Amino acid sequence: MNDIHSETHDDADAIIRFEKVVKRFGATTVLNELDFEVHKGEKVSIIGPSGSGKSTVLRILMTLERIDSGLIHVAGKPLWHQYRHDQLVPAGEAHLREMRKEMGMVFQQFNLFPHMTVRRNITEAPIHVLGLSRKQARERAHKYLELVGLADQADKFPGQLSGGQQQRVAIARALAMHPNIMLFDEPTSALDPELVGEVLNVIQRLSEEHDLTMLLVTHEMQFAKQISDRVCFFDQGHIVEQAPPEELLTDPREERTREFLKGFLETNAS
Amino acid sequence: MLFGISWDTSSNAAFAASILPILLRGLLATVQASIVGFVIALALGLALAALKSSRLRVVSWPARLLAEFIRDTPLLVQLFFLYYVLPDYGIVLPAFLTGALALGVQYSAYTAEVYRAGLESVPRGQIEAAHALDLLPARVFRVIVLPQAVPRIVPALGNYLVSIMKDVPVLSVVSVLEMLNVAKIIGDRTFNYLIPLSMVGGLYLVLTIVASAGVRYLDTRLPKRGLPLR
Repeated sequence: MNDIHSETHDDADAIIRFEKVVKRFGATTVLNELDFEVHKGEKVSIIGPSGSGKSTVLRILMTLERIDSGLIHVAGKPLWHQYRHDQLVPAGEAHLREMRKEMGMVFQQFNLFPHMTVRRNITEAPIHVLGLSRKQARERAHKYLELVGLADQADKFPGQLSGGQQQRVAIARALAMHPNIMLFDEPTSALDPELVGEVLNVIQRLSEEHDLTMLLVTHEMQFAKQISDRVCFFDQGHIVEQAPPEELLTDPREERTREFLKGFLETNAS
Repeated sequence: MLFGISWDTSSNAAFAASILPILLRGLLATVQASIVGFVIALALGLALAALKSSRLRVVSWPARLLAEFIRDTPLLVQLFFLYYVLPDYGIVLPAFLTGALALGVQYSAYTAEVYRAGLESVPRGQIEAAHALDLLPARVFRVIVLPQAVPRIVPALGNYLVSIMKDVPVLSVVSVLEMLNVAKIIGDRTFNYLIPLSMVGGLYLVLTIVASAGVRYLDTRLPKRGLPLR
């Protein structure tokens, strides 16, 4: 069931590679020797019950959580380690800063900075991290606000926008850093049902028009089906099953996956 | 006669009118002691908060112990200690400064707590988002954390300023000529305590009402979502 794992380290196609990654919170093992790969340009959805470790995968990639053991490569470089005299040692802050530039993250709770205008939310990091001029950063902010359909809201504060609009700003903010990999951590879970569509539309357009690698943790099965090249079903810290969406979501091989999807359809119908 | 101003005991009204300028001198000293004590509390509290939140246990533990000790011992004990013990070690401060220092030390334990609570009130997600954007920790603190913490910190600090004002009379025991002490001296010399002490109560009421109103005004003016950054 886990047939794409390989021992070779020079697979140029894998932009993300987890090897036997273990993550514990106290006595709970969240990731249990996880092997997992994402290829360049691939759109991968992660589904699974809460507590299955799916968000943890994204948080580890974004360096918001450390790993306990194992090895992760992003864009061919170790994420939580670095080479010093040909020795693999735990990564220092400078290395992590470099690695973070590969990725952008969209959070469930948006996490926009409430005291900054929409524009400042987007320009802050390009100016102070990438070293863009104020003018360049403003142009870039405008470009991505246009992409998410909010070019006219640049001077507002996040609190003046709807949840769906805030999440679209958050997407623009992440994109403005020009990441190669976008991580979406349940981007529509905190939204009122009528606002989910506008956010999904933006993500869909992104997936169609950009060759970004996308990793999406979601409960929106229909959406996962539409945009993903592959869906991974997570349970108890490892991947139970992964396959193209039409296969996994309609005719899963594993009993555990079937159970989850059945339970999911029932709770969503009620 | 006090501060070169003499009183008129011919009638109660004349007496009250004549000692008002003297009491106002005392009030000025009270306000000065409050402000100096408050400034010391602000600075010392910040240092204490930083030490308490240190990741090094050898730093954070003594700081916590110290804060607990300061908070759990009476202001008067600390004041006596500073006033009578420090000179034995060659540190002789004027009574006014000693008093302000005692107030500052006492209240630093409280302001440290205000700083900590204010900083912790900034949602975890804010720091994570900034981290994901690769912003440097110092910048995250300055443009993300501080602007959101300040509106929560300032009103709480203001309340302690009002508290300090009401603790200033304790300084009279080390002969600081603050308002209560002035009133007591007038009473000692005229055998009329009722009028000066009543006036002290009234002046205190005015002082704290004004100060509290100031704090409330500040609170309404501070944006709840953080200081706006364009």
